[in-house]
Amino acid sequence: MTRYLGLYFTRIGFSVATALIGVFFALPLVWFIFAPFNPRAELGLSIPEPFSLTNFEAVFQNGFAMRGLWNSLVQSVGGVILVGAGATLASYALSRSPIPGKSVITYILLLFSSVVSGSAAMVPIFLIINGIGLIDTQIAVILVFAGGLLPTAMFILRDFIDSIPKSYEESAMVAGASPVQAFFDVALPVIRPGIVVVVVWAFVSIWGSFLIPFILLRSSEKMPASVAIYSFYSEAGTPIVTLLAAYSLLYSLPVVILYLLVSWKFGFRFFGGIKA
Amino acid sequence: MKSFSLLSRGTGVAFLAPAGLLVGAFVIAPFFWVIFVSFTNRSLLGRTAVDPDFVGLANYFSLFDAATFFTRGEFGSSLILTIQFVLLSAVVGQAALGMLLAWMLQSVPKSLKHVTETVAIGAWILPEVVIAFAWFAFLDYENGTLNMIMEALGFPPGDWLLSFPFWAIVVFNTWRGTAFSMMLFNSAFASIPPSYFQAADVAGASSWQKFRDIGLPLIRGHVVTDLILITMWSFNVFTPFLLTSGGPSYRTEILPIYTYRIAFRDFDFGKGAAVGVVVMLINLVFALFYLWVMRRRAKGVAA
Repeated sequence: MTRYLGLYFTRIGFSVATALIGVFFALPLVWFIFAPFNPRAELGLSIPEPFSLTNFEAVFQNGFAMRGLWNSLVQSVGGVILVGAGATLASYALSRSPIPGKSVITYILLLFSSVVSGSAAMVPIFLIINGIGLIDTQIAVILVFAGGLLPTAMFILRDFIDSIPKSYEESAMVAGASPVQAFFDVALPVIRPGIVVVVVWAFVSIWGSFLIPFILLRSSEKMPASVAIYSFYSEAGTPIVTLLAAYSLLYSLPVVILYLLVSWKFGFRFFGGIKA
Repeated sequence: MKSFSLLSRGTGVAFLAPAGLLVGAFVIAPFFWVIFVSFTNRSLLGRTAVDPDFVGLANYFSLFDAATFFTRGEFGSSLILTIQFVLLSAVVGQAALGMLLAWMLQSVPKSLKHVTETVAIGAWILPEVVIAFAWFAFLDYENGTLNMIMEALGFPPGDWLLSFPFWAIVVFNTWRGTAFSMMLFNSAFASIPPSYFQAADVAGASSWQKFRDIGLPLIRGHVVTDLILITMWSFNVFTPFLLTSGGPSYRTEILPIYTYRIAFRDFDFGKGAAVGVVVMLINLVFALFYLWVMRRRAKGVAA
């Protein structure tokens, strides 16, 4: 009897503590639920009266703001194409071809990519991009992200391809397919879920990042949303809160949607394993 | 017998080439380039931008100069600040809070579990500039939500980013990153056979006893993985820059922000590169340790 009472009280205590920690996580975000819809939003928390979409109208009419979102899209999609295609080809080669030292290659790449972080390597990355004449171009941002994300992407995809039986492609080749045909027509459709995982992960990583575009880009019309958002400050240096709040919500939307999609399709644990 | 392989060596190399080129140019080349630049007085502007001199270890001497090492805004002070930041926000903050949450979430109602996980993950997946701005509003002196709550509870309001900037970024980074540890420990706990806990329940064990004697020992490997990963991430995180820009008066200038200031505000690429080399060496120690742990575990499973 006392034992069950003990379990019962533990459960209540844990629920209260969990709820308090939940509040701690929710509080800084509560402001974000209201401010975008409040035409008189300030840094303080207040419930808009009435709820209005005028802030969003202002953002949609702001060419510079929309351009930032567009640039984010260009840079993320560009990076994702390179990461997706590059990692698929490379990890397929690592899994299926007789290149010597395959697993050593994977581990060395992974080691380098975790040691060479954006903040440790900002100087050489800037100098290399400057040296090849790509400073202040969107392609520079795309290339740097592709290089940085590829090792992890290859690692994830290689695991995935290793778990697929070789007999799939082998039977295609017995039937007369060339190795390249076996790759495109047989292996690729089977690997597709793995590629989706890598692509979503790469997209979210590039979409949200600040440092690399911040140091590689100069002209304001090339800035992605993460950097462009800093132009929503008045000349006195105070933030234009109404615009910032609505813009932040629009900018967060793709990440939230992708997360919901992925957790719906792959289950909740997917984002746990991988994040740059 | 020669083993049959699906791709010829030539095709394999061709498949590897695009990724190899990108990683080579933007990961491996920067690793060696930064070491090279750290021995020069390369700058952004002026003569040394095009024709830098070789200065030997001068940049490193200036970083480790005993006279200024501990001065605020210098390398040593930033290094110590970073170590404190990592210990408090990653090890104590993210890992301990994540562990506590993961453990409690095992035995709270489903709906509460779901809501708590959702907000914690929200803090983790939203773009860093958005999060930084949310916190900027949250901590605002005159209107911020935190001071509103403080006043409602009868406490004096605080100008948090001015009076307690370091603690602000520690709590900020804890808040931002706890979801990862929580999810990792959550799935680790879920992989323990429930019969272990049921047996302990029958024996009348308290939750703490179950945690200490069953839960924690069985997920020890995950704890090591988690600690290494979050330590490396927090050590390299640039996000606090978006909240404090490293100030006021360098009090939140952790090493990534220090590197940025030296290289891109003072335009001293040589010295900035030297900081980068030190940071990469520390990263290397953690990464090698991680690979060693992983390999040992892989062998343990095979044996």
